[in-house]
Amino acid sequence: MRVQVRYFAALREALGPAEAVELADGSTLGALRDILLARGGRHAEVLARGRAVRCALDQAMSDESASLRDGAEVAFFPPVTGG
Amino acid sequence: MPRVSIQTADFDLAAEVAALRAGDDGVGAVASFVGTVRSRNDGSAVSGMELEHYPGMTEKAIEAMIDDAQRRFDIRAARVVHRVGPLQPGDQIVLVVVTSAHRGQAFQACEFLMDYLKTQAPFWKKETTPEGARWVDARVADDAALARWGVTAGNA
Repeated sequence: MRVQVRYFAALREALGPAEAVELADGSTLGALRDILLARGGRHAEVLARGRAVRCALDQAMSDESASLRDGAEVAFFPPVTGG
Repeated sequence: MPRVSIQTADFDLAAEVAALRAGDDGVGAVASFVGTVRSRNDGSAVSGMELEHYPGMTEKAIEAMIDDAQRRFDIRAARVVHRVGPLQPGDQIVLVVVTSAHRGQAFQACEFLMDYLKTQAPFWKKETTPEGARWVDARVADDAALARWGVTAGNA
């Protein structure tokens, strides 16, 4: 399956605004993060475990246990600072 | 009138309050909050900031917060305006207005919405300082503020 990954704020500056990722059916959001981490370079740096990274699935706050489906929109971003 | 507006333009508190009250003579209380850009943050002078957001998710997140406020509090209407794009010190950033029959529920719902928005709405501030531009760090105190309402933020 294929999902659309979006980045915001400091993550967008490091990785660009969006990219499509192919991964196995039934993968979780955490598995997607692992795939991105395995690319090394900037991906490994800014998405590293232990860094403050939040995620959303289909435009709702989510966590890494969430299962993805084909066509899903996933986003990674720093803690939010609005208001 | 929409309940949520994300816009680059400034807003007018009086006009927003008037519009929210219009046609509802059951309103006995209006509570509002306006957030503005400070000229100092974390020990540095701030000459400007850029507010980024996640179009689509931002609106959905704030709509969900207002739904939650409607369930928790006896309020009549609520409205949130949040600006994005470049802002200067002194500029207005965010507006929350709540109407209710009596003051207590309007005060509470207004504070609840701001506490929710600070940790759950996808906005990010980037400040310009003499040391260069920097992304603003999330504050643990904002998570604690939301926890008072029994909601776990998990943001900062």
